[in-house]
Amino acid sequence: MDNFLPITNGCAIPRKELPILEFPHFRDSLLASTAANGNIVQFFGYEENGTATLLAVIRKGYDLSAAQCAMPKEFPSLTAENWKFNLFEREIAEQFGIRPLHHPWFKPVRYHANWRGAPDVFGADYQTDIPGLYDYFRVEGEHIHEVAVGPVHAGIIEPGHFRFQCFGEKVLHLEIQLGYQHRGVERLLPTLPFKRLPIVVEGIAGDTTIGNSLCFAQAVESLSSLKVPDPARVVRTIALELERLACHVGDLGALSGDVAFNPPAAYYGRLRGEFLNLLVVLAGNRFGKGLVRPGGVTKIPTPDNVALLRDKIKEVRPEIIQVADLLFSAHSVQARFEGCGRVDRATAEAVGLVGVAGRASGLDYDAREFFPTEKYKMMSPCSYNRKRGGVYSRAWVRYEEICHSLNLAEDLLGTIPEGDLPFPDPNWRLAPDSFVVTVNEPWRGELSHCLLTDAQGKILRYKVKDPSFHNWTGLALALRNQEISDFPLNNKSFNLSYCGFDL
Amino acid sequence: MLKLIQTRLKQGYRTSAFPRKPINLHPSYRGRPEINRDCDPEVAARCAEACPQEAIDAEKRRIDLGRCVFCGLCQQLSEGRFIRFTTDFRLGVAERDQLLYQGSLPDLAAHSKQHFKKLFGRSLQLREVSAGGCNACEADTNVLNTPFFDLSRFGIQFVASPRHADGVFVTGPVPRNMKTALLDTYQAVPAPKVVIACGSCALSGGPFRGSDEIVPLETLLPVDLFIPGCPPHPLTILDALLKYFKG
Ligand code: SF4
Ligand code: SF4
Repeated sequence: MDNFLPITNGCAIPRKELPILEFPHFRDSLLASTAANGNIVQFFGYEENGTATLLAVIRKGYDLSAAQCAMPKEFPSLTAENWKFNLFEREIAEQFGIRPLHHPWFKPVRYHANWRGAPDVFGADYQTDIPGLYDYFRVEGEHIHEVAVGPVHAGIIEPGHFRFQCFGEKVLHLEIQLGYQHRGVERLLPTLPFKRLPIVVEGIAGDTTIGNSLCFAQAVESLSSLKVPDPARVVRTIALELERLACHVGDLGALSGDVAFNPPAAYYGRLRGEFLNLLVVLAGNRFGKGLVRPGGVTKIPTPDNVALLRDKIKEVRPEIIQVADLLFSAHSVQARFEGCGRVDRATAEAVGLVGVAGRASGLDYDAREFFPTEKYKMMSPCSYNRKRGGVYSRAWVRYEEICHSLNLAEDLLGTIPEGDLPFPDPNWRLAPDSFVVTVNEPWRGELSHCLLTDAQGKILRYKVKDPSFHNWTGLALALRNQEISDFPLNNKSFNLSYCGFDL
Repeated sequence: MLKLIQTRLKQGYRTSAFPRKPINLHPSYRGRPEINRDCDPEVAARCAEACPQEAIDAEKRRIDLGRCVFCGLCQQLSEGRFIRFTTDFRLGVAERDQLLYQGSLPDLAAHSKQHFKKLFGRSLQLREVSAGGCNACEADTNVLNTPFFDLSRFGIQFVASPRHADGVFVTGPVPRNMKTALLDTYQAVPAPKVVIACGSCALSGGPFRGSDEIVPLETLLPVDLFIPGCPPHPLTILDALLKYFKG
């Protein structure tokens, strides 16, 4: 990796500092690093004045590094040697019409024509607008049957297609085809006037509004040397924790509902609402929209509102604990959670799981601790006591994070000084020919945005990577040899984003 | 069992008395905006210029609530002198034109289609179609099923099969990749059927307007009920459903 440039989370650098390697070196370095505990944070292509380039950002321990290389027309697939590259490589192929040779499982990611008008590498014509129309992997055999679910699911859920190969009730293989939510975010962003960017970014995944806004704001702040006042940092950190609390609490309720244990589902459903209402106090919107902007936040809570937030957290903490006791001690819940949908540590590592799912399988990576932004330098890490990689662990990790997050939010609330701030000036400019990557840990796991600017300071490339981009593979693997009736439970235990993935 | 009872006692009864009793949202909430029609034209022009959604017509002093994402920027810029958000969550309208808002909204109950009231007023089954968007609209629709809102006490349900539904409830800007699925779902609903568009995305493309990967909903289906917001508050949705079908 010595030919990769060490970089810092959220620190813009001139693009010319990024090393440009020959493809074979680029490939070898990536493979060597990912084989030795390195993980891909970003791996994508961009085009400028007709020249296309590949760029990779790798994390290893506490270090980030980046390098690029000229984009070849075709290249020996990296996925063939390391599975972590699978979706990244297919995404590059889909966006730029290039071919990773000998890719073990080459198929579209989001189902759209490539951006360069190059001949399609998947053999699709995109006349039919159905991402799910393609030859799924099939298990053959007399008693094998296939179950197809989606895109429109039974409940109020985002669309996606799931194809199960089953032997009786047992799932031998699950294939997940997404792309139904693809609204062209990455292509749209560089074409827009800057004033629209915060709104589009908040719309990448509504349940991660704060997470995405933070990644965006930090990138812009670094590219335009905006100073963020300390109270704004505190508010942003609290907002990210409230988002986590709302989602984790909601997930525990939904998991309980999926095993037909209704009381915790009802209680946690309501408690989730309490946190959304606290986001209203901070942001004026239940998902925190309109709060985080480059340069800070649009509003610092008044002392009365700070008191309201603290009182509410005090009030709900014992309730959350009591309901958790009810949930985790119920035999009917234990019987369904225990040992269900296990992804062992080796598998988690091999596919590069992040976030809750990664930690539940024993991968102790939390971007808040490894690449701290905002006020996370002061955070004492969360401890995890269940790492067996199944539904139980994924639920328990959430519970531990809820408790940790409540403490964190409470501590931070005590540090908000009185007095309002001027609201951030929306007319910022970006440094030309620069590069920045931002990494944060919203509730699902590692989220990263990457911005490249051109000679005029316009956005040349805006890349978003949702944690779900790593973790959907984890869900597919968790289902192997499970009962098909356990799919909803497993799905909920990962609770991945469709829109964040589909962009 | 003991734990169950203890928790139940602690948690208590939480269903809201809405609509029998009014609900007050936190003063920070951005619901229906108030427009100062006598505002300095320069301030209005500045807001229109800065609005990320190009939702403001400065001359007519008008906001397109179909486009607006309630981001609050115009309120901040004008320091409340042009636009000021209230906590009023009642925002649903029955015609696209009524979204062009100059300070008051027509009575939704009076504008809804009378035959829908007759048919679905006592029992309404809806098939939700999530078509793009950010999933916040879906989340705040789903919330209506929690004990606090308890949608089913009004005879309204979200159902799994379009065959069991009286209409579709659409969220999101409709990605090209969801067009067929949406139309198929609509086809499968027996007539007469109602179409409800929920959220800025479904109303106008929302944040994603202009992307060539989306197909505007109004070019695909005849919308009967428009619910503005990004996302609309669960109470906005509930209020619109109750007024439109039961008002
Ligand atoms: S609140 Fe609505 S009208 Fe005002 S700036 Fe935001 S999008 Fe525009
Ligand atoms: S209207 Fe707003 S909240 Fe609803 S889906 Fe679109 S972006 Fe999300």
